[in-house]
Amino acid sequence: MRTAVALTVVLLVAATAQSQVRSEIPRASNGRPDLSGVWQTLNTAHWNLEPHVSDYPAVLELGAQFAVPPGPGVVVGGAIPYLPEARAERDRRFANRVAEDPEAKCYLGGVPRSTYMPYPFQILQNERDVVIAYQFATGFRRIFVDGTDEAPLDSWMGWSNGRWDDDTFVVEVTGLNGLTWLDRAGNYASGNGRITERYTPLGPNHLTYEATIDDATVFSQPWTIRMPLYRIVDEDFRMLEFKCEPYAEEKIYGQLRKPGTGPSAGASTQ
Amino acid sequence: MKNATHCIGALAILSLPLVGCAQGGGEPAAPRTAWGDPDISGAYAEFTTAPLERDPKLGDKEFFTPEEHEEFAKQRLTQAFDADDTEPGTAADVHYSMGQFALSENEGVTSLNLRTSIVTQPKNGRIPALTQAAVARRDARAEMRRGREFDGPEMRSLTERCIVWSSTQPPILPRGYNSNLQIFQTPGYVIVQGEMGDPRIIPTDGRPLPDNLLPQWNGTSVGRWEGETFVIETTGFHPDSAWRNASENMRVTERITRVDEDTLEYAFTVVDPSTWAEPWGGTYPLTELDGLLYEYACTEGNYGMANILSGARVGERNAAKQ
Repeated sequence: MRTAVALTVVLLVAATAQSQVRSEIPRASNGRPDLSGVWQTLNTAHWNLEPHVSDYPAVLELGAQFAVPPGPGVVVGGAIPYLPEARAERDRRFANRVAEDPEAKCYLGGVPRSTYMPYPFQILQNERDVVIAYQFATGFRRIFVDGTDEAPLDSWMGWSNGRWDDDTFVVEVTGLNGLTWLDRAGNYASGNGRITERYTPLGPNHLTYEATIDDATVFSQPWTIRMPLYRIVDEDFRMLEFKCEPYAEEKIYGQLRKPGTGPSAGASTQ
Repeated sequence: MKNATHCIGALAILSLPLVGCAQGGGEPAAPRTAWGDPDISGAYAEFTTAPLERDPKLGDKEFFTPEEHEEFAKQRLTQAFDADDTEPGTAADVHYSMGQFALSENEGVTSLNLRTSIVTQPKNGRIPALTQAAVARRDARAEMRRGREFDGPEMRSLTERCIVWSSTQPPILPRGYNSNLQIFQTPGYVIVQGEMGDPRIIPTDGRPLPDNLLPQWNGTSVGRWEGETFVIETTGFHPDSAWRNASENMRVTERITRVDEDTLEYAFTVVDPSTWAEPWGGTYPLTELDGLLYEYACTEGNYGMANILSGARVGERNAAKQ
């Protein structure tokens, strides 16, 4: 009897909390949750999606400032279900991350990586389109609400069709070119990957972000990452440009510069 | 709207009388967004038949007659394709096919524009002369690069470096390579994104430009609606962006107005006393595209930069051998 009463109380509290959350969610004029705003993660998923302890920086000279901080990981179930050869490829990429990680070259982050890179992104929403502008590399996605068209060609940010499932915005992402990585630890999916993202409001200033990665080329089964997104609540916050191209030039083209010359700013014009 | 016939397509200009553009019947109601703002959203081509500056021979003549325009437009529209008429076996013949999509200035649609130039202010349709200060800045930049144009990536143009494009950075001007843009509207924002990248996320609540702006390659923009016109004010540019030798304090006012089902009017004014003694500006039509804009991943595919630099190194080695 005591157990039953306690359970009832718990359920009532849960139901009240749920309805309170629903009433706190900002809504657009069509009644859908209004996801618009500037968001960012607060975790170490960009270093490694899987659980990880702290580690040396990829370039030892950078010292503790650029060491890898520890994190519990964001993979539901803990480990990514790689096929054996794919795990070996992940390990190879990790070993070559300084040379190969596309993030270091200022390449577009792709999906889902752009979400949990350590930079803000802005969601803008109307009844037909949800667009997301990412600060890093000025990445941009257009999500077609109730869209059914397929990607006409592969791209870095893929092709996104979204739909509302109650208060969750579900986005199917296909047409990814498979050239992006999933994090700085060499985790990756192939161009055959299909990503299903779910954006669910938790209240006025938090979303739950989930992405399920379905890619039989690389994984033995679909797997999911899950993490909260935090709204940037600073008054009058505006995303500043982070045009990273200049900072990657020496890395990409340095071996092609005239011997004896070095980078100098301010010479270029249109 | 996507399926509507364009007022005047590239081929139509060559073959149809200009009255083909006349609107029949009463004015249709201007489209509105769900929240009541004028609807200017869509994907648009920036190409227009008018050149940026007016041929000095035309003086203050602002418009062509329809007959003059037809002849002029024919020349403009065939210009890009004529670039293919190079002599086989010559160095000049080594180039892309200019008729290939995205390499020609004109990607198939443009609204009728009888203007003799994009520039409308001053009256002669010519960009005012640079001030002495601007000439000095320009010359200093040129001096810094002289003889070092191929030393490293930082010596190449901002466009080759995938940093800014005149078809994207305000004031937007067609430049003949992916000169298209798309506009999204959401409650509180208008997003203007050139095909080459960089979305400008412009608040529409009438807030003033903030003080103490941090320099941005594309400046910082605020917007407001004045009747049917979306007005954008932008300043706070990166000092190296140097749009036409302008300073970081250049102030750009852009006005975007729907004029018919397929056409927006884009007008701009630039004010920068350290660069031009007087304000100047212009106007041209943006013509709705029957299609979408796709991702332009510039730096990810910038083989051009690698080829330019490695070509220069090969040239130096060959010169050293001789």
